[in-house]
Order: sequence, then structure tokens, then C-alpha cells
Amino acid sequence: MDDCADISLTVNGERVTRRVRARTNLVDFLRDDLALTGSHVGCEHGVCGACTVRVDGRITRGCLMLAVQADGATVETIEGRSDGGHLRDLQQEFHQRNALQCGFCTAGMLLTADELLSQSASLTREGVREHLSGNFCRCTGYQPIIDAIMAVAEKRGIAR
Amino acid sequence: MLAEHGADARILAGGQSLMPVLNLRLANPAVLVDINPVAEMAGISVDQSTVRIGALTRYRDIQDSPIIRQHLGLIADALPFVAHAAIRNRGTIGGSLATADPAAEMPACCLALDARMILESTRGQRTVPADGFFRSTFETALEPDELLTKIEFPIAGPDWRHAFAEFSRRHGDFAIVGAAARARLNARRFADIRVVMFGVADRPLRIDAAEKALLSAANLKEGIAAAQATLAKALEPPSDNQTSSEARLHLARVLLGRALAQFDDAVD
Repeated sequence: MDDCADISLTVNGERVTRRVRARTNLVDFLRDDLALTGSHVGCEHGVCGACTVRVDGRITRGCLMLAVQADGATVETIEGRSDGGHLRDLQQEFHQRNALQCGFCTAGMLLTADELLSQSASLTREGVREHLSGNFCRCTGYQPIIDAIMAVAEKRGIAR
Repeated sequence: MLAEHGADARILAGGQSLMPVLNLRLANPAVLVDINPVAEMAGISVDQSTVRIGALTRYRDIQDSPIIRQHLGLIADALPFVAHAAIRNRGTIGGSLATADPAAEMPACCLALDARMILESTRGQRTVPADGFFRSTFETALEPDELLTKIEFPIAGPDWRHAFAEFSRRHGDFAIVGAAARARLNARRFADIRVVMFGVADRPLRIDAAEKALLSAANLKEGIAAAQATLAKALEPPSDNQTSSEARLHLARVLLGRALAQFDDAVD
């Protein structure tokens, strides 16, 4: 399992080529090799959602994918989505409502909410809860997080 | 690869069950075979009699498929209960079936839908019906050198309806108990029925006694009560530190009732 492989992928719009160990998880590669530490490593078995990243346009658990599997993929992390301005309205609403306490879960929350908002024609509070059910906030600050996402949904005219 | 390495090798499909096991060092396979680049193993097709789902088809793509919504409504209704969005984006139906968690939704649906598993190896191809595929907890009919490549579902006529219900502690968790049912209706009576419970044994179970009770009942209300009454004998649910056997049996009665009640607009 300590074999290495060369991988080439796009991370936040930039072409990256690296040699990685076959056993390295995608999120560890992003954090340790590329210094993109916005994705957090929480439970390391797919339960908490803190390591959420986008792979080929879909949110994915960074701890449940090997870096070698991202060869040829387009990966976006919280850094890329944030700098690209895709999350501006969400971030403003999170900020305004204190929708984070320690902030450990926030990157995953934002990317998960971002996907939900972009793929929904109409959104209910219940739908938001369901979509966020795979992202844990250990500070248990769920209400303002859901409030913030619903506020964005209101502004985009998709809240029900 | 499997022919060469056999039980020392593990298939990596969506990785949403295997990767946690590897991360937790609960498994230490000598060889990991990543099948994700095998594009022809993913996809959904339909002809007059059969829907075919490639084993590497991701839940998200099954959820988005109009073919599934039209022909396999039971799977469409069960999918929102499978884990969470980010897991469904990557997890595959074949991975779930080959893992054979007794509390998982897809094995139960395949059993209720009379699905056929297509298994391939260097020795050739064979077909195993769902009711012979799931052997025990995490155990299937797959030989060490075989790969599940495709699942075939016979298309049911318009007189078939389906129902699904499950209970879990949090949305997206594995079910504590669940029920999947499918019935052919004739003149507002059950003419044929499949009743499958999951989370109640080492594999999803068809409950023959409940099916017989429903087919011979005078009406749906009596049928549900009679079907529920068969469960005490039909099931010996396991206990764990979350749920006792008694509680599971109680939940099985409740969930079976909830599922069957979904037929109330079609059955007297």
C-alpha cells in the first residue's frame, strides 16, 4: 500500500502534478501536499462532512476518496469556491447570523449548502435540514446555519 | 486481478463503505482494485422487459434518472434514505449490494423487485437472483474472483404498486428497521405481493407468512393486522447497544404497517 503514483489534476483552477502515496486520502493530499488547509479532517470515516470538497462539480467526502483517484479530476476546495466568489451571499448570511462558532464544520457546511442552492428549484427548511444531515456541527449551532441558507434561498427566490 | 489475488484483493467502487474500513484499519487488503475508470460498468438502460443498472452507477445518477422514476419507483423512493448527498454523489449501487449490510436499503429493494445480479469472472458470467445473493452479514454469493457488474430488474406492469418505510435515529443513518413492499393489484385486492423487511436479521428477508396473510385478507386493514401478527414468529431480530430485539420487533410491526398503509388508495 506504500506504492506511489504520479497524478495530475486541476485544483481550484490550477494544474497540479504530484507524486503521491497510493494510500493517501484526497483531503490529506490537499492539506499536506498543497497546503489547502480549509478542508478539515474530522472523523476520517465519512460521517462528519468537515472534509467536504467538490470533485468534478459534485461535493464529495475528501476522506473517502484516495488522492490517486483524483488523477484527471477537477477539484475545488473551500479556498477556490470562496476566492471565486461563488459563496459570497452564503458567507455574508453566515457572518451576519453568527452561523459558526468554532468554524471547524463551516467549510463543509458552505460547500454542501452551495450545492443544494445551485441544484434546487425550490427549497424548504426541512429540505435544508435533510441535505445538511451529513454535516455535523459539534457546537450544535444548526439553527443559524439553516437560517442563513434559507435567507439566501429567499434572496434567490427559491424559498418555499 | 481477482483471479490472481482472490481473497487478498478488495474491489474499490464508490468507496463509501470500504474507505471508512480502510481508514479505521479494520481491513488491510494486499491489493486494492479501483474499478472507477471502467466507464462501461456505469449507466442505466431499459428495453421492453428489463431495466439494467451498471454496478458502478452512482446513487446520484440513479436518483436523477427518469428511467428509474418511471420503472423502479421503489428504488426512487428509497434513495433519499441512503446516507447523505455527498455520499450519494460517489457511492454506487453495486458497492452497496456487494457489501451486503443487512440494514442497507438497496439489498432490500432488489429483493422486493426480483432483481438479478450479474456476476463476472475470468471463468465466465452467471446470474444470481437477489433472493440467493445475500447470504449473511457482509456475505454474498460472490466468489473471491467474481465481480458484480450489473443488476437487472424485470419491469413490472402498471398494475404493480410499491411502498417503502424505514426508521433510523438520524436522517441518513443506516436503518434500525425498514420495510419494502411491492404488490400487483386486481379489482382493489392484492393479487401478488412481496414483503421485505431489513435491519431485522443478517440479511434482508422476504416475509412469506405476511404475504400469505395479505393475499387472503378480506380488506387492507385486516390484512395489515394479520401481516403484523406474523412477524413475532417470522423474525428473531438481533439486539445491539442501540436497539433491543424486542424494540426491533415492535418497530418491524410499526414500519410494516406504515409501508402497507401506503396502498390504502388502491386496496379496499
